[in-house]
Amino acid sequence: MTAGNAADPTRELKFRDPGRARALVQALGRITTDIGRPVSVMHVCGSHEQAIAKYGLRSTFPRTLNVIMGPGCPVCITDTPEVDEGVALARQGVHIATYGDMLRVPGTVMSLADAQTDGAKIHVIYSTDQVVHLARTLQEPLVFFATGFETTAVATAAVVLRGVPDNLSILSAHKYIPPVMEIVAEMPDTKVEGFLAAGHAATITGWGVFEAFVERHRRPVVVAGFEPLDILAGLVRLLELIRDDSPQVANTFPRCVTREGNRRAQDQLWRVFRPVGGRWRGIAHVPNGNLRLRDEWQHLDARRRFAIDLAALWDYAPSGLAQACICGDIMAGLSSPGDCQLFGKECTPEKPVGACMVSSEGTCKIWHQYGGIPDVGALP
Amino acid sequence: MCLGVPGKVIEIHGDIATVDFWGVRREVRLDIVDEPVAPGDYILNHVGFAIRRIPEADIGETLALYEQLIAEAAQDDLMASDVRDEIAGTRERADDRR
Repeated sequence: MTAGNAADPTRELKFRDPGRARALVQALGRITTDIGRPVSVMHVCGSHEQAIAKYGLRSTFPRTLNVIMGPGCPVCITDTPEVDEGVALARQGVHIATYGDMLRVPGTVMSLADAQTDGAKIHVIYSTDQVVHLARTLQEPLVFFATGFETTAVATAAVVLRGVPDNLSILSAHKYIPPVMEIVAEMPDTKVEGFLAAGHAATITGWGVFEAFVERHRRPVVVAGFEPLDILAGLVRLLELIRDDSPQVANTFPRCVTREGNRRAQDQLWRVFRPVGGRWRGIAHVPNGNLRLRDEWQHLDARRRFAIDLAALWDYAPSGLAQACICGDIMAGLSSPGDCQLFGKECTPEKPVGACMVSSEGTCKIWHQYGGIPDVGALP
Repeated sequence: MCLGVPGKVIEIHGDIATVDFWGVRREVRLDIVDEPVAPGDYILNHVGFAIRRIPEADIGETLALYEQLIAEAAQDDLMASDVRDEIAGTRERADDRR
């Protein structure tokens, strides 16, 4: 795809091949030398950060390359008022089903786990099918607090289209990734010159969804897989495109991602959801970044079916520590966990203050598990 | 939450496939996958749904990543835990439920 680049490194990858890894790391070194200045790129995927941290990839990066995790953790960017809605419903006695990572995400005054300790009926599920099954078993009102990006929203859409029991409602906090990349690209302080897009979200949307973004913002986007060598190969391609001032979309994960994506999944997604503007925790108002149920599904919409009593939460004082949390800057790629005075001290996976320390895909939790501050290539 | 996990399709009844994940047989829904799936194919499962049929040429590479993750990983490893959660998102087979 890039002029003058005859060999596509991803075509001949042999995974876990140290020789290939060395060659890719050397290529990263050559290209950053060509570029001749510090360069920052952003990925938007918790699984990418897990692989980067777990396999110590940052220690292999050239010192002038800064790879930042952006708003790629679906649990973390679920906004406080959305958690508050779930908590308020739970405290009103409604059964709540949600993915396990959501339980300890802080709301304004408490998390779902706190509500559970107080006696609220919270159920952890791993799939939307389990939600439907649970609703049939309970035969009492059940609200599915539905979180996650398009990959997970499709699973919610599929069960809605198949028909759900009358006692099941949906509180959608689903988010759609492409619009938030626009927000990051437009941030005045941003140093991000290119994006690594998440392979499996692109499995659904297709890589074509990024073409308009590249056209508008003149920054390249490369779709990459999760294997350490996939990530290195994706970074090599991304840096080539930056060096050559050739903003375009490249796909280094062809075994899972096509240009048009999964049309059947997209069809189901947009039959059930419509994009609306809304806040992402710590980031900003993201136009078209939130997925809400379309009007024809309003009979399933928890926000219409229940009077959600948020005011009942205001009797509790918010945590003072939360004021010092910098999750928002971390998710916008402006700060690292190491910049936070709470990281590893007041804020740990056992006792998280901010959302980034809760989820297995949160930057802080990933850095905490896989070793402190691995970003030896960080820019001053 | 977005990692997904690959498995081998053993049999199909309507929109439901029995899929083998390293010896664990579970049910996965086929409502979302956009290509015909047949027994013997590998699919990528995410929260209980097949989201993609993995092309035959790529199966070895795809499985290798996960096998390494599962083999090496301590119980509290974040990636391994996400893979286990993905398998937990599938359903027990009807036969096993009885």
